[in-house]
Amino acid sequence: MSEPIVSIRNVSKKFPGGVVAVDQVSFDIGQNEFFALLGPSGCGKTTLLRMISGLEPMSGGQILIGGEDMANTPPNKRPTNMVFQSYAVFPHMTVEQNVAYGLKVTGVAADETKRRVAEALDMVKLTELAARKPDQMSGGQRQRVALARALVKRPKVLLLDEPLSALDAKLREDMRLELTRLQETVGITFIIVTHDQDEALSMASRIAVMEKGAVQQIATPAELYEHPVNRFVADFIGKVNLIDARVTSQSATAVHCEAKGLGRIDLPANKPCGATVCIATRPEKLKITRQEPQEPGLVKVQGLVRDVAYYGDTSHVVVEAADGLNLAINMQNDSRGGGAGVARGQKVWVHWLPAESIILTE
Amino acid sequence: MESWRDNRFVFWLLSLPGTFWISLFFIVPLSVLWIYSFGEKTGITDVAITWTGQNYGRVIEPVYLQIMWKSLWVSAVSTLICLLLAYPIAFAICFAPDRWKPILLLITILPFWINLLIRTYALLAVFRTNGYVNKAIGWLWNGIDWLFGGQHPFQPLELLYNNGSVIAGLVYVYLPFMVLPLYATVERLDKSYLEASLDLGASQLRTLLSVTVPLTMPGIVSGVILVFIPSLGAFLTPALLGGANAIMIGNVIETQFKSANDWPFGAALSFVLIYATFGILALRWAITARSKGVEF
Repeated sequence: MSEPIVSIRNVSKKFPGGVVAVDQVSFDIGQNEFFALLGPSGCGKTTLLRMISGLEPMSGGQILIGGEDMANTPPNKRPTNMVFQSYAVFPHMTVEQNVAYGLKVTGVAADETKRRVAEALDMVKLTELAARKPDQMSGGQRQRVALARALVKRPKVLLLDEPLSALDAKLREDMRLELTRLQETVGITFIIVTHDQDEALSMASRIAVMEKGAVQQIATPAELYEHPVNRFVADFIGKVNLIDARVTSQSATAVHCEAKGLGRIDLPANKPCGATVCIATRPEKLKITRQEPQEPGLVKVQGLVRDVAYYGDTSHVVVEAADGLNLAINMQNDSRGGGAGVARGQKVWVHWLPAESIILTE
Repeated sequence: MESWRDNRFVFWLLSLPGTFWISLFFIVPLSVLWIYSFGEKTGITDVAITWTGQNYGRVIEPVYLQIMWKSLWVSAVSTLICLLLAYPIAFAICFAPDRWKPILLLITILPFWINLLIRTYALLAVFRTNGYVNKAIGWLWNGIDWLFGGQHPFQPLELLYNNGSVIAGLVYVYLPFMVLPLYATVERLDKSYLEASLDLGASQLRTLLSVTVPLTMPGIVSGVILVFIPSLGAFLTPALLGGANAIMIGNVIETQFKSANDWPFGAALSFVLIYATFGILALRWAITARSKGVEF
């Protein structure tokens, strides 16, 4: 990574009453990144974002933006701008006045303000609505105002707090594409806070998964999905089958274990595991067959189809095996007719390649 | 909820007691008074309704105009002081921890629970020549003076029976009327507007002037009306704290109805005051219409 634009070092936030919202978090965000802070509500992601903006004082640690320590820089002097969850578009000002506000209060010359406001409005396609008041606009339009108002300041970092959560599903989809497009156009680092994993996976170049005030993993979307480092990340990002297993022995390349419902299985592993592990496997990696698969080396188990949910492109099947082990399988409905081809109550075999499973040690 | 159009009978039934009450105790007496204002005093207690305009003619005599003008500015100054005091109070209550809010609000409205007359007499005890304010200042003054050799003993300040004491009394009595609507508006104000303003580079002062004040304007207007209108008609506070030097229009009206026994003129004065009030309310509606987009 090139010179980081934001460095977060041992940052903590303790609220009065003893709640620790952010606990000793450290990481760097690079130039031009679309960085997502992802986690369930109450994980500290919004608090962290607000500490970057300066709106929330830190209890400890250090935040550097563009190499400068922000400890004594109030929010109105920081090179960051925020798009608020509620948008916070000033209701007593027109769209144009809203966008111009940040330039006016910092003494940018009138003609330059005018030009930059026009540019910003053009960028978010609001030129026609410049004279409107916010109460005459839809949620999506108000959000564009909030975006233009922040981007017109040409910040080093744009902070977005759950920017899509107040929009309806269709608009959210469009806005995701637009935000990625916008980020590529303006070339500013975006830091987005979201609780929606789809949002983070589809937009961000890197994601920090947070839980209970701590960062669990920072990685690209594909790495997070395919190589989660722990049970929380595996479970939070996408769907996953988690199977507890007891390690019986381990060689240099494989771990032999006794898994609940699966019996003795061998999985590839290149680092030492403890006495117990958790085997994580994504539902789409699992296959269903009527007959017992004969290929060697597969992880396989027989079970009863408990549930079939048809989603058009895919079907989500739940198979119950021995020991009360429930396996979720996502089947691609890649040929017409018959859907998943399995029905509730059927006896089937579920199998997958051992390499598709992830061994989680924590 | 259903519109009252869907349930006309229920609507009429429910509005009956209120209509009755308003008619009997407000509209009817006010109409009587209005008719009186066009009457002439014919004896000690007799009034003949002659539809004369001379009562209103008397209202614009300099002596009354002067008192009216003074009532206006005394009320205006009191209202302004209330606003300047109440604005930070309202914010302090809003930003206080949740369990403190009810207590702070209670403290604000606590004086309401005590009779106005008693509260005003209490102010007399505070402001009079050997009252608590003078005692406190005198103690400080004499203390400092003693350090410098005791050349200038303290002369008690004349704090009572002037416009200042009336304003102080009005501010004291009407402050809660300013705090409560302001508090209601500030409480509803989305604090992210203020954060957005700071985030966009505005200073605290700029945020206050460009964002906070415009967005709390509904509360400011309500508070100003709630304080200014009753101040304009106040008679107890100026009577007790202002004495003969600082009478307001309310005292003149009271005198006309009581000691002077001139009901027609008192009625005319009252109605001029009511018309002035209507004018202020019309001004409020004009402001409301202009700042559309801000929820009132």
